[in-house]
Amino acid sequence: MLRTRVMPCLLLQGRGLVKTIKFKNERYVGDPINAVRIFNQKEVDELILFDIGCTTDANAINYSLLEQITSECFMPICYGGGVRTLEDFRRLFSMGIEKVSVSSLLFDNPDVVAQAVEIYGSQSIIATLDINLSKYRKKYQVCTHSGKKKRKYTPVEAAKYVCNLGAGEIIVNTIHRDGTWSGFDQNLINQICENVNVPVVASGGAGTLDDIKNIVMNANASAVALGSMAVFQAKDMGVLIKFPKQAELIKVLP
Amino acid sequence: MISIIDYGVGNLGSVKNMLKFLNIESKVITTAEELSIATKIILPGVGSWDNGVAKLKESGLHSVLNKRVISDKVPVLGICLGMQIILDSSEEGELPGLGWISGKVKKFDFTPEQKICNKLRIPHMGWNVAHTKRQTALSQSTDDEIRFYFIHSYHAEVTNKEHVLMTCNYGYEFTCAIHKDNIWGVQFHPEKSHKFGMSLMKNFSEL
Repeated sequence: MLRTRVMPCLLLQGRGLVKTIKFKNERYVGDPINAVRIFNQKEVDELILFDIGCTTDANAINYSLLEQITSECFMPICYGGGVRTLEDFRRLFSMGIEKVSVSSLLFDNPDVVAQAVEIYGSQSIIATLDINLSKYRKKYQVCTHSGKKKRKYTPVEAAKYVCNLGAGEIIVNTIHRDGTWSGFDQNLINQICENVNVPVVASGGAGTLDDIKNIVMNANASAVALGSMAVFQAKDMGVLIKFPKQAELIKVLP
Repeated sequence: MISIIDYGVGNLGSVKNMLKFLNIESKVITTAEELSIATKIILPGVGSWDNGVAKLKESGLHSVLNKRVISDKVPVLGICLGMQIILDSSEEGELPGLGWISGKVKKFDFTPEQKICNKLRIPHMGWNVAHTKRQTALSQSTDDEIRFYFIHSYHAEVTNKEHVLMTCNYGYEFTCAIHKDNIWGVQFHPEKSHKFGMSLMKNFSEL
C-alpha cells in the first residue's frame, strides 16, 4: 500500500528560510541546512523547496546553497524557483534533486518543459499552480511570479494543460489559504483531482492533523504539503522546526 | 571503492552524497579505462528508456560494461532506470536493453475501476513497503517493515521467477528488485530512502 506523502514545504529567500501569509509578509524562520538536517532525522517523506525570490527578481538559481542542502538530504527533494533553461534542469538533477518544479515556465516557454519531460521523464517534472481566490468576485485565478501575474486559465484548464505538457505531478499552492492555518481549500483541490490522472499535492492552509485527513479523504489529494505547521510552534507563535510523527499521521491517513 | 557510472542520465549527486555520508569510498566514472578497473559498479539512471539506452551506447562504456559484468562478474547495482535497462526491452521505447537478466519493462496497467475506486495514479510516487522474496547479501529480511521511495511509471517483469528479489504492491504485486549472480537492480531509490536505503547501500558495499 502506497503511503500518503506528507511533506514540509520550505521557502528560500536569499540564504535564509522564510514563511509567508498569503504569499506576503515574509518572516525569517531559520537556516535551510539546519532545517533539512532536522527533517532528515525525523525521516519525513519528502521535501519541497521553493526559492521565492528567483522568478520575481530574475535572480539566478543559488546552486551553491542547493548543493549544500542536497548533500545532507537523504529523502526526495523537489526544487522550484527560477528554472528557465534545459541547463538549469540538468544542473539540478545532477546535484541530486529528484524533482524540478516549474510554474511561470509552463506558460512562458512550454517547449522547454516538454523537452525536459522528454529527457528526464514525466515523474521528474512537477507543475506548481499558484491559485488565488479573488476577493470580490470569488473566482479562482491561476497566478505565477509569487501571485503577482495572473494567467487566463481556470484551475481545471491549467491542470489539464500542464498534464498535456507532460508534468508528472501537480502541486496546488492555494494563495488565499497560505499561512492561515485555516484548512485546505477542499473545493479547489477536489476539482483538480477529479480532472487529472497525475498525483496532486495540496498545499496552503494546513493547521491541524484533521485538515490533512480531510483533504486526503474528502478531496482525494495524493499528498499534502505543510508550511507553517513545519516551522512554527502554533499559529502566531515562535519558530520551531517540527513535524507530525509518523505514528500520528498513520492514525489519521488511509 | 564503488564506481558510479556517469552516462549523462543519472541521479549521481544523491548516490554519491549517501555513500559519502556512510563513509563508503566512491568515484564517478566516465571512461572505459576507469570502468575496466572498477571492482563494484552502480548504474544509476533517471528518465525515459530510449534516452537512457542511447546515452549508454554513446558513452562508449557499453561493451566494457558488458565484459566487466558478464565475464569478470563484477558486482553491479542498477537503480531505477539503471535497473530497467538490465532487462531485455521496455514498453516505453524501441531500443534493446542490456539483457543481463531476461525480462521486460511494462507500464502500470490498471482497470478503470481500480483507477477510480483505489485512486491509483501514475506515476507510482512515494513510499511503499517492499517484501523480500529471497534472502541474499542485499536483502536480509527482518521483522520490521521495510519501505522505500518509488517514482516510476514502468516496472520490471522478469521471465524467471528466481530472479525476483523483492516485490511491492501498487494495484497489483510487481517486481521492485531483481537479482541474478553478481547483478542486482532496484526500482526504488535507496539513496533517498533514509535508513532503509542506507542499509541496502551498506550491504552492497560489503559484498
